[in-house]
Amino acid sequence: MVALSDRSGELARAALAPASRSGRLSRAIVAMLGVLVLGGIAAYGYQLVNGLGVTGLNDDVFWGLYEVDIVTLIGFSYGGALVSAILRLTGASWRGPITRIAEATALTTLVVGAVFPIIHLGHPERVWRVATALQINSPITWDMLAIITYLIATVILFGLPVVADMGRLRGEPGLPGWKQRLFARGSFGWVGAEEQQRVLNRSLTALAIVIIPLAVMVHTVLAYAFSLTSRPGWHSTIFGPYFVVAAIYSGVAVVIIVSAAYRRAYHLEHWIPERAVINLGYLMAALGVLYGYLLFTEVTTEGYVGGEASEKLLYALLLDRWSLLFWVFVVGGLVVPLTIIAFKRTRTTTGVTVAACLVAGALLLKRFLMFVPPLTQPLISGDIGAYTPSWVELMVTVAAIAAIPLLLIALFKVIPVLSVTEIEEIAVSRGEAI
Amino acid sequence: MTENARSNGGPSGHVGIGLFDRATTVVPAQDIRCPLPDPASREISRRQFLHTIGAAGALVALKASGVQRILASEDLDAIAAGTLDIATDHQWVMVFDLRRCDGCRDCIKGCQKEHFLPKEVEWIKVYDLVDAQGLEYSMPVLCMECENAPCVRVCPARATYYQPDGVIVVDQSICIGCRMCMAACPYDVRVFNWDRQPQPPVPPEHRGTRPEFTAPQRKGTVGKCAMCVHRLRLGEFPACVEACTMDAIYVGDLVEDVMSNGKETFMLSQYLRANDAFRYRAELGTAPRVYYVAGHGQDLDF
Repeated sequence: MVALSDRSGELARAALAPASRSGRLSRAIVAMLGVLVLGGIAAYGYQLVNGLGVTGLNDDVFWGLYEVDIVTLIGFSYGGALVSAILRLTGASWRGPITRIAEATALTTLVVGAVFPIIHLGHPERVWRVATALQINSPITWDMLAIITYLIATVILFGLPVVADMGRLRGEPGLPGWKQRLFARGSFGWVGAEEQQRVLNRSLTALAIVIIPLAVMVHTVLAYAFSLTSRPGWHSTIFGPYFVVAAIYSGVAVVIIVSAAYRRAYHLEHWIPERAVINLGYLMAALGVLYGYLLFTEVTTEGYVGGEASEKLLYALLLDRWSLLFWVFVVGGLVVPLTIIAFKRTRTTTGVTVAACLVAGALLLKRFLMFVPPLTQPLISGDIGAYTPSWVELMVTVAAIAAIPLLLIALFKVIPVLSVTEIEEIAVSRGEAI
Repeated sequence: MTENARSNGGPSGHVGIGLFDRATTVVPAQDIRCPLPDPASREISRRQFLHTIGAAGALVALKASGVQRILASEDLDAIAAGTLDIATDHQWVMVFDLRRCDGCRDCIKGCQKEHFLPKEVEWIKVYDLVDAQGLEYSMPVLCMECENAPCVRVCPARATYYQPDGVIVVDQSICIGCRMCMAACPYDVRVFNWDRQPQPPVPPEHRGTRPEFTAPQRKGTVGKCAMCVHRLRLGEFPACVEACTMDAIYVGDLVEDVMSNGKETFMLSQYLRANDAFRYRAELGTAPRVYYVAGHGQDLDF
């Protein structure tokens, strides 16, 4: 028992490490991210004043990088929700050290992604009309409803275990006074009693059950904004599942990246074992295979009897105008990451992290290839449309990507990076020392 | 049905409601297959048409006692037979005679002038196409005023909606600029006001944001053709109809079963049947209210 409490103390210190230490490097990183985010906010201000004319969008390609951002960022958030929820429901014991990081990633990517449905509007100040009009036939209304519901569920999924951790850690020595007061208040009287544990576990299980279909719904209705039109390349029954699988695939990748980053930066190797990272890699690989299969069946079905419009689009995508980007995706987003995870020699924390970075980037590119090329094909006749994102769109997008680590850093300055109570509980239930 | 009407030449004689005279007297189908423009008749026909649409109100008052419903262009038989219950003054349609269109794009210019649109913004577009025989032809495309419009269905702000006369309008004081309607439209006729080029100056008497007529166009919203209902209401022809030097564009009214290009006036249902009129991409189920008469044998639903 003495040993256990010793290790407990170490665990608590490790969980609070990002909150207590901040070196020169981390301050430099925060400053850089802050500059990028401020740049994006300034660029958006410029867009607010001058209108969407400052983007590269036009009447052919009227949706572009902002819509890519919506789907990609909200897609990222699904990985965190899934890792936390599915691993909890299946009782995977290796989830312990990564649930907090997964839930925090889900929350931050979703918060940033949820801003983009407003950023992409011509009149963002009128967005409230979606609520008052309540046009239940519109995919945009479904998007807004689904995203808000999902956001609420994600906040609760993130928040509940934090309450327990605050109760567990509030007496921790070395905690600054303001944090002691915050933890005392945020713990809502948590003392780790059996009844409290039971209520928490039941709530988390219920939430895990709810959040999986909720996330499926979010990505399906995001897909519906495209597939419920009569446009070749968009109008496809595969789009719903396609979006869902892409979301989990890229989302697990982002959880891997964040886990690996915190593992490395704060020497959490003992608490986040290589096994957890590699298991996430296996999960990502399985989803990659599934995504590759969906891509294959989409191309085959459309290409074999898709009709003239599909044929032209596929030709442009696979062999002509967009072929370089398309094959970069296939190689960089599927072949290379799957190969890295397939071989034992490359299946290390570093290897899996490299694969995850490739997947996250490639899936952003894939969304671009899903949305933009179909719009450049003329519906009736005429010239091929063109679209190059403007500096405003690029700055806003870079700012959004920078905002994710910035928010995570800020979050883990206050909240423990490891779910202490969950790690301890899993250890106890397995009869192991932590 | 078309076959039938053509083989027996269609009904001939007066329509029977007493509002039409010479020009709307139905002539045998063969004779109206390709009517020649007659500049001398322009003013007379024009007055007849305007007289016709003006008198429709009285007609509606008589007929309105029945079922309240929006007249559908699917009901051409009932329109011709005069057995349809209607509750609106007008149900506007347009007819393009592609045999006459030479692709000069005067309609675009007329539209842009009327709506104070910059040169890049086209509410009516002209596509130069090639038919199955390799022959070139031009096809103007404007808002089809679909009775089952995808754009209206997807608007999350209810900023675009049907007027009682069947015309779809955008209220630019409500539009949030999400462009979902542009994605949904199978005809690519909605344009976004990116406002990259300066708009032509709008005289004060035309300024204002009304669902039917907004000038200048509001930045960050979607604009589209509304069949110039602001002109129709005053008894004037749509700007593109007036601008067309080939007399290829007709505006019609399902309620009165009449169509005119300002020079010739025909009985709408008769003309559409006799000339094998088709609706563009009607297989999508949009029930468009714009009809085309094919020129020289191109595919009817490419």
